[in-house]
Amino acid sequence: MREFKILAVVVFFTGLIYWGVEPFAHSQMHPHVAPADFAFKDLGTNTKVGDAKVGAETFLSAGCTGCHSLNVANMPSPMDAAAASASFGVVPPDLSTAGLIYDKNYLSALIKEPTKALKVQHKFNEEKPHPMIAFYGLGGDIDQEIADIVAYLQSIAPKTLSDKEVFANACQRCHDMKYDKVFSATDKKTLTAYMGTLPPDLSIIIRAKSYEYLEIFINDPQKNLEGTSMPRVGLTQKAQEQVVGYMEKVGDRKKAEREDLGYKLIGFMAIFTFLAYLWKVKVWRDVH
Amino acid sequence: MAEIKKATGVIDWLDQRLAVKVLAKVLMTEYWIPKNINFLWAMGVVLVVLLKILIISGIFLLMYYKPDINLAFDSVNYTIMQEVEYGWLWRHVHGVAASVIFLVIYIHMFTGIYYGSYKKGREMIWLTGMALFGIFSAEAFSGYMLPWGQMSYWAAQVITNLFGGIPFIGEALVVWIRGDFLVADATLTRFFMLHVLLLPLAIILLIAVHFYSLRIPHVNNQEGEEFDFDKEAKKYQEGRTKESKVVPFWPVFLSKDFFVVGVALTGFFYLVCYHYNFAMDPINFEPANNMKTPAHIYPEWYFLWSYEVLRGFFFDVAGIAAMDIGLAAFGFANVIFMLLPFLDRDTERVAPAHKRPLFKYWFWLLVIDMIVLTVYGKLPPTGPNAWVGFFAALSFILLFVALPIITKMEAKVGGEK
Repeated sequence: MREFKILAVVVFFTGLIYWGVEPFAHSQMHPHVAPADFAFKDLGTNTKVGDAKVGAETFLSAGCTGCHSLNVANMPSPMDAAAASASFGVVPPDLSTAGLIYDKNYLSALIKEPTKALKVQHKFNEEKPHPMIAFYGLGGDIDQEIADIVAYLQSIAPKTLSDKEVFANACQRCHDMKYDKVFSATDKKTLTAYMGTLPPDLSIIIRAKSYEYLEIFINDPQKNLEGTSMPRVGLTQKAQEQVVGYMEKVGDRKKAEREDLGYKLIGFMAIFTFLAYLWKVKVWRDVH
Repeated sequence: MAEIKKATGVIDWLDQRLAVKVLAKVLMTEYWIPKNINFLWAMGVVLVVLLKILIISGIFLLMYYKPDINLAFDSVNYTIMQEVEYGWLWRHVHGVAASVIFLVIYIHMFTGIYYGSYKKGREMIWLTGMALFGIFSAEAFSGYMLPWGQMSYWAAQVITNLFGGIPFIGEALVVWIRGDFLVADATLTRFFMLHVLLLPLAIILLIAVHFYSLRIPHVNNQEGEEFDFDKEAKKYQEGRTKESKVVPFWPVFLSKDFFVVGVALTGFFYLVCYHYNFAMDPINFEPANNMKTPAHIYPEWYFLWSYEVLRGFFFDVAGIAAMDIGLAAFGFANVIFMLLPFLDRDTERVAPAHKRPLFKYWFWLLVIDMIVLTVYGKLPPTGPNAWVGFFAALSFILLFVALPIITKMEAKVGGEK
C-alpha cells in the first residue's frame, strides 16, 4: 500500500512538471490563432460564372504569358530560369496546374489585386511594386473577365496531381527539399535579395513544426509569423494536405516503421516485466 | 605465487586465477541491502540501465555522426534518421534516454534528501552523487550541441556566454571555452570530444567511486534505522531469512529491481516511439542559423530551475547589475546541493522527512519551489512571470539559508521516533 502511495506522489509531480513545461508552456509561448480559412473569406467572392472558352482568349489578351508559362497548352516560358530570376527575383509559376491546386476565389482576388491576396502589402507598395502586375481589365466587366480566366485555368488543369507535384508547383519556386534531391529553380542570390532571407529548406520541416502549425501557417503565414515575406499562396484544403503529406513522406520517412516497432518494443518489455514480477514474488516469498 | 591445481571446470579455472567466487560474494551474493525499502531504492539500478542504453545507442550514433558544422546537421537528420537502418531508433533512444535519465536522477536525489541518506557517514555517497549530477549536466549540454540545430547553437551561445560574467577572467574564459570568438566549428569539435570521451570516462569512474562509497556506511532504509549488518547477514545465512533485516544484492534485491526496470522501460519505449517531442525539441530540427535568433530560447527541462534562478533577478539592486546578481544566484544554486550534508545541523538523526518536525515542511517547500522555477523557467520572462520567477528564485536561496537554522532547532526539539 505504501508503495502505491509513493508511486502516486512520484507520478503526480512528474505529471505536473510535464504539463508545465510542455502543454502549458507551449500554450503561453504560441498564443492561439484563428483556424485555417480555406474559403479566404477576407477576399470576398466573385459571383460571376466564368466561361472557359472566352477565358482562353482573355488569358492571352490579358498578357499573362508575358511572364507565365502554360506548358499544358504549349506556351513555354518567355525566359529561362536564370533570366527570370534576375528579372523578377523569383521564377514566375507555370500556370498549368493553378486551376487545380489554388482556390477559385483566391485566384480571382489574386488576379485583381496580387499583394492583397498574397498578403504582402507590408513589403510591396507603389515605390516598390510587386513583380506581378494587377489585372486592370480589358474594358468589359472586370469580374466577368477574371471569372473567365479562372474558368479557363480550371478547364486545362489536370484532374489529379501527386503530392510531390503539388509541392513542386506550390512551394518549390522558393523552397528546396534537399533530402528528396529537389531544388528550387530560382537563383539563390536573387531569391535571397527578393525575399530578404533565403527561404528554408523544407526537408524535415515536419519535425520542426506541428501539423496544426503547418495547417495554419501555409494557409496564412502572417497569422503565426507577422511580417514574414512568405506570401499566402491560396492552396485548396486538399492541395495543402498533399503538400503536408509530401513533407511528411520526406521528413519523417520512418514513421510507419517507428509506429510499428513501438508495439513490439512495448510488448517485449511488458512480457519481461510480467516475468520479472513473477520471479520477484518467488524470490521475496522466502524473505518476507 | 598461488598454488595452481588442475581445474575441475571453467569456474574453478577462473577462480584459481581471479578469485571469482570471492568476487561474486563481495559484489553480489553477500553484498547486504536492508529489507525495509520501497521501489525508490531501485532508481540506482534504473539509472545504470539507462546509462547503458545511452552508451550503446551513443556508440551506434558515433559511427555515422560527423562533427563539422557543415556536415553535422545532415549526418544526424538525414544519414542517421533516414538512411541507416534503424538509425532513427538509436537517435530516439539516445535523445529520450538523455531526458528521462534526468527525471530518474532527480527522483534518486530527492529520495536521498527525503530519507536523510546524505548524512551521518553517507556524505561521500551524496558528494559523489552530486558530482555525477554536475558531470551529467555537462554531458547533456555538450550532447545537445552536436546535431547543430537552432537550439544547439543558441543554447551554446547563451550558456557559454554566462562564463563572461565571472570577474576579471570572464571574457578570456569565454573565448577559451569556445575556442573562437563565437560559437563555431572549434566549439563543436571540442564539445564533441567532451561528450564522447572525457565526460563519459569521468562518469564511469565516478560511478565506481559512488558505488564504493556505499560499502562502508551501507544503504539506508525507509526508517533510517541503524542496525548491525554483520549480525543481520549472519541471521540470513543461517536460514533465518524472514527474521533478518537484510537481503543479498543478488538475487533478492535485484529481482525487485528487474521488475522496476521492466516497468520503466515499458514506458520508455512508449516515449521513444510515440511521444518524443519533450526530449527532442522540434526547434532543433531547424539547422543552426547565427542570423536568426529563435523567438524563445530555453534549455532542456532539467536545467530550467537553475536557469530560472539565473533569470529571476531581473533588476539592479544597489548598483549591482541584475546580470551579476543572477549569475551569483546561479552559482549558488549549482553548488548548494553539494553542501546539503553540512547544512543539515540535525546531524545525529537519520529519519524520513515525515518523522522530522520541521524538515518535512522544508522538503515539500523545496519540491514545490523547484517545480515553480522549472515551469516559469520556460515561460517568457515578462510581466507577472518575471515576478513569479523572482520570488521563486529568492525563496530557493532563502530555503537553503534557513536549512541550518531549522535543522538546528530540530536537533534540540527531537522528533517522534
